[in-house]
Amino acid sequence: MAAHRCRNLACLLLLFLSVFLVTMSQETTLGHEQHATAVGDPQTGAETKHTAEKPRVEEKRWEETKVKATTQASDTAVLTKTQVNEDFQEELVIRPLHSGDIYASFQFRTVWETDFMKGNKVSHYRLFPKSLGQVISKFSVRELHISFTQGYWRTMQWGQPFIPSPPGAELWVWFQDSVTDVDATWKELTNVLSGIFCASLNFIDSTNTLQPSASFKPLGIGNETDHRFLRYATLPREIVCTENLTPWKKLLPCGSKAGLAVLLKSEKLFHSSFHSQSVHIRPVCQDRQCKSSSWELRQALNVVFDLHTSGQSKREWSLFKMFSRTLTEACPLASSSKIYIDVTDNPQEEQFELSPATPLLSQAVVLGDRRTFSVYDLTQQVTFGTVRSLNLMIRWKSSEGDMLRPLLHAERYVAGYGLQTGEIHTLMYNNHPFRSFPVLLLDSVPWYLRLYIHTLKVISKGKDNNPSYIHYQPSKDRERPHLLEMLLQLPPHSVTEVTVQFERALLKWTEYTPDPNHGFYVGSSVISSLVPSTVAMETNITMEQPLFSSFFPCKEESSYFARVYTEPLLVNLPTPDFSMPYNVICLTCTVVAVGYGSLYNLLTRSFQVEEPNPGLAKRIANVIRRMRGVPPL
Amino acid sequence: MGLLSDPNRRQALIKLLTRLNAPICFVCYFAGVAWFMGLAFEPFTLRTYMSENAMGSTMVEERFPAGERALATGREFAAHKKKVGGMPVDWLVKTMQARGLEVFTQSFSRTLPFPDENTERYVVKGTNVYGILRAPRAPRTEALVLSAPCTPGDNNNQAVGLLLGLAHYFRNQVYWAKDIIFLVNEHDLIGMQAWLEGYHHTNVTGMDWSPLQGRGGSIQAALSLELSSDVVTSLDIVLEGLNGQLPNLDLANLFYAFCQKIGVLCTIQGKLQRNDWDSASGYNHAVQTMMLMVMKQASGRPWGDHGLFLRYHIEAATVKGVNSFRHYKTDATTIGRLLEGMYRKLNNLLERLHQSYFFYLLPSLSHFVSIGYYMPAFGLLAVILLLRALDLWVQLSAQPSRTEDGVAGTEQSNPGVLSVLTPLVISHLTGAALYMLPVRFQEVAVEHFPVSETEAVVLTAIAVYTAGLALPHNTHRLLSGEGTEMGWRVLKLVALLYLAVLLGCTAVINFSLGFILALTLVPAAAYVTPHVPKALSAFFLVALSPACTLLFSVFFFQELQEMPVSFQDGWLLYLSVIAQGMLDHYLYGSLVFPLVALLVYPCWLLFWNILFWK
Repeated sequence: MAAHRCRNLACLLLLFLSVFLVTMSQETTLGHEQHATAVGDPQTGAETKHTAEKPRVEEKRWEETKVKATTQASDTAVLTKTQVNEDFQEELVIRPLHSGDIYASFQFRTVWETDFMKGNKVSHYRLFPKSLGQVISKFSVRELHISFTQGYWRTMQWGQPFIPSPPGAELWVWFQDSVTDVDATWKELTNVLSGIFCASLNFIDSTNTLQPSASFKPLGIGNETDHRFLRYATLPREIVCTENLTPWKKLLPCGSKAGLAVLLKSEKLFHSSFHSQSVHIRPVCQDRQCKSSSWELRQALNVVFDLHTSGQSKREWSLFKMFSRTLTEACPLASSSKIYIDVTDNPQEEQFELSPATPLLSQAVVLGDRRTFSVYDLTQQVTFGTVRSLNLMIRWKSSEGDMLRPLLHAERYVAGYGLQTGEIHTLMYNNHPFRSFPVLLLDSVPWYLRLYIHTLKVISKGKDNNPSYIHYQPSKDRERPHLLEMLLQLPPHSVTEVTVQFERALLKWTEYTPDPNHGFYVGSSVISSLVPSTVAMETNITMEQPLFSSFFPCKEESSYFARVYTEPLLVNLPTPDFSMPYNVICLTCTVVAVGYGSLYNLLTRSFQVEEPNPGLAKRIANVIRRMRGVPPL
Repeated sequence: MGLLSDPNRRQALIKLLTRLNAPICFVCYFAGVAWFMGLAFEPFTLRTYMSENAMGSTMVEERFPAGERALATGREFAAHKKKVGGMPVDWLVKTMQARGLEVFTQSFSRTLPFPDENTERYVVKGTNVYGILRAPRAPRTEALVLSAPCTPGDNNNQAVGLLLGLAHYFRNQVYWAKDIIFLVNEHDLIGMQAWLEGYHHTNVTGMDWSPLQGRGGSIQAALSLELSSDVVTSLDIVLEGLNGQLPNLDLANLFYAFCQKIGVLCTIQGKLQRNDWDSASGYNHAVQTMMLMVMKQASGRPWGDHGLFLRYHIEAATVKGVNSFRHYKTDATTIGRLLEGMYRKLNNLLERLHQSYFFYLLPSLSHFVSIGYYMPAFGLLAVILLLRALDLWVQLSAQPSRTEDGVAGTEQSNPGVLSVLTPLVISHLTGAALYMLPVRFQEVAVEHFPVSETEAVVLTAIAVYTAGLALPHNTHRLLSGEGTEMGWRVLKLVALLYLAVLLGCTAVINFSLGFILALTLVPAAAYVTPHVPKALSAFFLVALSPACTLLFSVFFFQELQEMPVSFQDGWLLYLSVIAQGMLDHYLYGSLVFPLVALLVYPCWLLFWNILFWK
């Protein structure tokens, strides 16, 4: 899925042709829908015809921008060669949620056709951040995914996110197969990233690093799937805040000066129910034949604003209310800059009202569903209207807060009481009415919870559910965590429960954290799955798609890839009372000294009845006798 | 410890201890009792103070405004409760959802081992409703619980109203770092037990419950709210939980601190604090408060819905609104502000409450007695047992030396093993019968006697208990030879050490129970020999047996609560207390009934056996 940037006429022609094809296909699908609705209601039929024409208008505009981009490229072509192959796109998706909350997802993508490997020293950077480029070349990184999340994504209320992430920090990296000492490289890489993102990634060590065998496959191109070159780690305790946002924003070509990034103000972003920011680097194909590859840097930021805590009486959202900024321009470096509003559930504006209205509609297949979006193209001056600023408004009309029933969701908890043993329960729900689907469960448990793997039970619908694949790596104390990977088939409309018992280890006293009574974190389980899709998925990854629908590559049409993270666990370990070490030392010393000493005495001494002491008179007599030199009495 | 390794001095010490054994025992006993009574004297106790830093200096503001609205919600709840004739589940679900909570329900059912006549229930079916306020940007690892029981009749509607009002107000705040679970539980303790077992996915008591759908991670603290009037004169905090467990003292401190800050009268054991500690009546008041706590703790039952949380290492307390005839009244808004303040401070917690004491007695809310101060009182009683055991040991080891030249010495000690083992086994079998029979044979008893199930259970228990008194005869029938002088000494030595260990362990877990048992059992154990006047001693021994201890405790408790009862009523109360104690064991896993039946009672039987030694 590379950008349509051309350098010669042949390419341009090809592009026209493909765009034309896309338009045709969209028109045909729309045509079907139009027919269906037209039968139901002739009045709306007319309207749909109206909307059916809109995409064509929009497509025309896309064409225009393409031409414009090409001319821009030819203008700058006099500069260096490498600059030409760079492309930057930015987009914001806003999805009003049933609960009245609002989900905003930013994605920024930089694609650069270059080669960091094979001793090729890249020193000229334009859009691609130099700090990350150096990381890629120095550590021979093939793929890098890092996310920082504050909060837990509530699948039951919000549905699936575009890019899922677990609470805390998550980092997974595929190294090139040329790397000889992967562990050392990984260690160094985490320390470097820790500096770049101002995060405690340096706490990643062998006790929380995993090598999953199946759950994390490369998302970019590449056939190498030997998991020796994969490292995965999570830090569930990591707190994400402004100091992580600032370095993240600095990686953007426009910084937070222009474009969509002006909305990223920390005082609002961290006044929300959920905040997640991530960076994904991977090699991608440039065209359909995949003859040449380029590097893609995706920066994503997801945030969910809460209706209740925003302290408003009316159910109303606007860009200004969410971000305390409005938009005035696109990032000048961006080839595309768009805002998508999900209006699928709102075809007749019966749920919410959107202003200013936009003539552009777009459809995309995302997460197994065909969604309709209103599109605002920021590269067009007309979008900003006469006031030269765009402040989108969403006014809710109805209010309903029912729970969703997403096809796949999961939860996890610790059962039992007391500080000796416990049981981890992981529940996975398949809410599909008639189709079963496979999931890969990845569980990583720190070594200080000693799993009793013989108690592992997988039960769905009251029956044992035998995993078709199990990869278990036992922990080593103070060296590596437990790793449990299972391939399970979730029966339709069922709950599958995975339980395993554990024992809590007593740590050495220096191994406790400064706040041991808070508890110890166990990272989220990762559930990766191919969920049955309701519409045909787009398998052509090079086709022009909105960014939010093109993150996970899709291999088949009937299902889509989804990843679900469970909540992390907080487990209390047996903790000594650190507040009275003095008392403890005194007591143990006394007990040892008194108890041991006297026992030792009693055991080793031979007791003899002492002769009775001579009387005082006798003693005096003896003294006198000694003075006289006579033997004593 | 040169004292012990020097044989002469050791001899002297032992001689002293055996010669002055009886006076020392007397002194220890009275010193123990005096020490205990001294604990309530204010100059001997410490002032309470907040140990937890996260709750101490941090400032919170209380702004809850909507007390009147909460009361209106409470009235609405009452109307729906009356209409449905039980818990208005649908209404609660809808109301909680409207307040922006994630709402879940849990149904449960439980058949009691025998009908509970106090609350008139046998087969219990119910539903718990709870809503979770998800803290923004929190990963669902920690939670706080606020619960209000849905009780039949007109009780506790205001508590549910206030709970919903607080939920509404809390939902609009941004500062929450922990999820807050608002729970309305049906059938008070049984519902709470079902919810807690469901939340932690354990099954201790064989209850049926449906699994929970939503959770908030590990619960850090919980408050249970009981409020039955629109205005209150004072708030009472109840701390005693299952098996005499207590929440961390910081929770009580927090409550006290906010009562002081907001200006609400607060009580413990229903007793206001008094400042005149130097007067006799002031001291009397403190003793009363402390004795009430000791009695409640010794009973081992949960004295409020919070009591069941403690098993799961969740600090919890019940806050009760009391409306008496005092002039000074507090409205619902103020109570709401108080709870808001407490939750905001609990929300600030970085670690579980662990800084302050878990073992304490409270003669008033502002003063406490820590374990280091009250344990000597028990130690002084327990040391009597050890002194008596030492005395016997010396006697036993002295005897063989006297008969060293003869063969009689070795012969005499041989039947000792059997003569000790037989009573030990038989008394424990009686104990096991006391534990098992009452519930097992209730049907049989109901068939043959004109009594209800509950009466049948209690009367069977009393019958088995009394039948155990025939033990000496049975033991002697089983034993071939005559009991020897040495035999009873060995048996008494074993029984004394057994009792010492038993009481010691009990006192560590539940000081009050251990102390009350020691108070009665220690004199009996120290005094009894086969050579004392039989009839008088038998009466004395029965009067000091565990069952009579319970009877006295019932009267004493009523006296402390300033509700004295006649002997007739007291007897009925006594029977219901026995039934309640058994139910507590079967429903919530209280350990007092099995402890008494399986260990304390057999131990007492050993002494009874010694009295009738032939």
